Amino acid sequence: MAVRSVYRSLLYALLIILSLFYLMPVYVMLITSLKPLDQITLSQMWELPHSLDFSSYQQAFERLSPNFMNSIYLVVPATLLSALLGSLNGYVLSKWKFKGADWIFTAILFGMFIPYQSILIPLIQFLREVGLYNTIPGLIFVHVVYGIPITTLMFRNFYASIPEEMIESAKIDGAGIFKIYQHIIVPLSITGFVVVGIWQFTNIWNEFLFAVTITTSSQQPIMVALQNLSGSQIVQWNVQMAGALLAALPTLLVYIFLGKFFVKGLLAGSVKG
Amino acid sequence: MEPKILPSLQSGSSLAVSAKKRKRRNADQLMSIVFILPSILAIGVFVYGFIAWSGYVSLTNWNSLVPDLSFAGFKNYLFLFKDFRFQADLRNTLFFTVFFIIAVLVMGLMLAVFLDQKIRGEGLFRNIFFFPMALSFVVTGVIWQWLLNPATGVNLYLKKLGLDSLWYTSVKIIPGVEWGKIQFGVPVAVIAVVIAAAWQMTGFSVAMYLAGLRAIPEEIREAARMDGASELQIYRKIIFPIVAPITVSVIIIMAHISLKIFDLIYAMTGPGANFVTDVPGVYMFETTFRGNYYANGAAISIIMLVTVAVFIVPYLISSRKGES
Repeated sequence: MAVRSVYRSLLYALLIILSLFYLMPVYVMLITSLKPLDQITLSQMWELPHSLDFSSYQQAFERLSPNFMNSIYLVVPATLLSALLGSLNGYVLSKWKFKGADWIFTAILFGMFIPYQSILIPLIQFLREVGLYNTIPGLIFVHVVYGIPITTLMFRNFYASIPEEMIESAKIDGAGIFKIYQHIIVPLSITGFVVVGIWQFTNIWNEFLFAVTITTSSQQPIMVALQNLSGSQIVQWNVQMAGALLAALPTLLVYIFLGKFFVKGLLAGSVKG
Repeated sequence: MEPKILPSLQSGSSLAVSAKKRKRRNADQLMSIVFILPSILAIGVFVYGFIAWSGYVSLTNWNSLVPDLSFAGFKNYLFLFKDFRFQADLRNTLFFTVFFIIAVLVMGLMLAVFLDQKIRGEGLFRNIFFFPMALSFVVTGVIWQWLLNPATGVNLYLKKLGLDSLWYTSVKIIPGVEWGKIQFGVPVAVIAVVIAAAWQMTGFSVAMYLAGLRAIPEEIREAARMDGASELQIYRKIIFPIVAPITVSVIIIMAHISLKIFDLIYAMTGPGANFVTDVPGVYMFETTFRGNYYANGAAISIIMLVTVAVFIVPYLISSRKGES
């Protein structure tokens, strides 16, 4: 019994040390963001600020808030549209399988693993051609299209758990493809929509490559603006850390309140589910 | 309540209905294809069509602002494989991928096993290990750039311990054997980026392993204990073999992330002095969109695609087969 309790305390000690390692960047980010620039010296890096100074938040907010709003205008419609499209695709690919449906599904899935660099040059040519280059609607379009594989995968796996008998008996009762979707599938996929919605929200909010290549200055989403903060001559670490926190806040809040669904999406995204 | 219908009539009408229903079903099946057709077309054009177009651009002379689609053969690929920067990229990607995957697997399995010991406050610990995944690679890059900055950060404390570390500003390559145009070996600066990347992505493998461990019925462990197996033996003989397929999934997912990594490195270190932290994703971005070398950029992107496909295509095909 003594051996067991020693082993248990060791286990907790290890877990606490590792937790501190994972939390350290957050701690340093918080205290740095709350210090005035002259207190950010080599020797005081880990010390708490002498007095709370929110001016770096004010500065970060001034510089980032237009881009923050861009991200909102981007992420809300893009998330809704790609969830809807994924739900329809998942419905067809799980409940209305036609010949070759599984291979088409696999071919669609490949799209979520490609490095987006490999489609970027034609994509930008295309967006210029149709007048969507350097616009938020252009970015929405891009995220909806390249979101098809992951949202289809998540909904297809989700709908696979809806028993076939339910669909069959609805068909016998004379319900068609729309009625079944509307009255059986949609009411049962609230969790699915939450999981996919959170997943797309987080991914699109955090995305950088499309954002930095498709938009310039006033159209840029938050992550590009955050990256640009560090491009200035003198690095104001306090403003940068405040900016990083501001940029991370929406996804962090979603994680804190709906983390269970986030992890579900994470596991669903690993194909085999 | 519907009035009762005479048996003869009923059977007659149900025959008529079933013919109607069959027709209806065919119409529905057709409708289902109409539902999914836009997505199939979109993927066909924007994934496969655009890849083909990039592949074509990579074989042209388009290396200025003005599109020049004259055929150049493999000139751009030959240029890249002789290029100092691209050779450095390949070396960095190799070591980044290997260390990143090892870190994620080891930390992930260890933390998952710890969390599986009926820990008090398990939910809290889990959240602490998972939350970095909700962050953007850009945010992670900005934070770790500050933490591992040689002029400040962790280094001051390491210096006191006599460890003078340059982290991502180091240009040291260990062991640094001449190979092609570059020094081959582990670039010290890459380790700093691996730490940041592993900090962010370990949660994924913890979640995967934990889900696997939780799926093992308690009876199996009980039975092994009854047979006198020690806890260590239970893990080695029963639990690890069961979670082995999860390891394969984690390796493939992490490999494809690290082979196409761009934002973390771009935000944290950039290409670095002597390109010690450069990767193909950063090179492609800079040479295409800052330097207007479109054909070179396209060639880099196609090489990236091929390396990712080597991992992903077999994975997709095997999960397809595993399902049916």
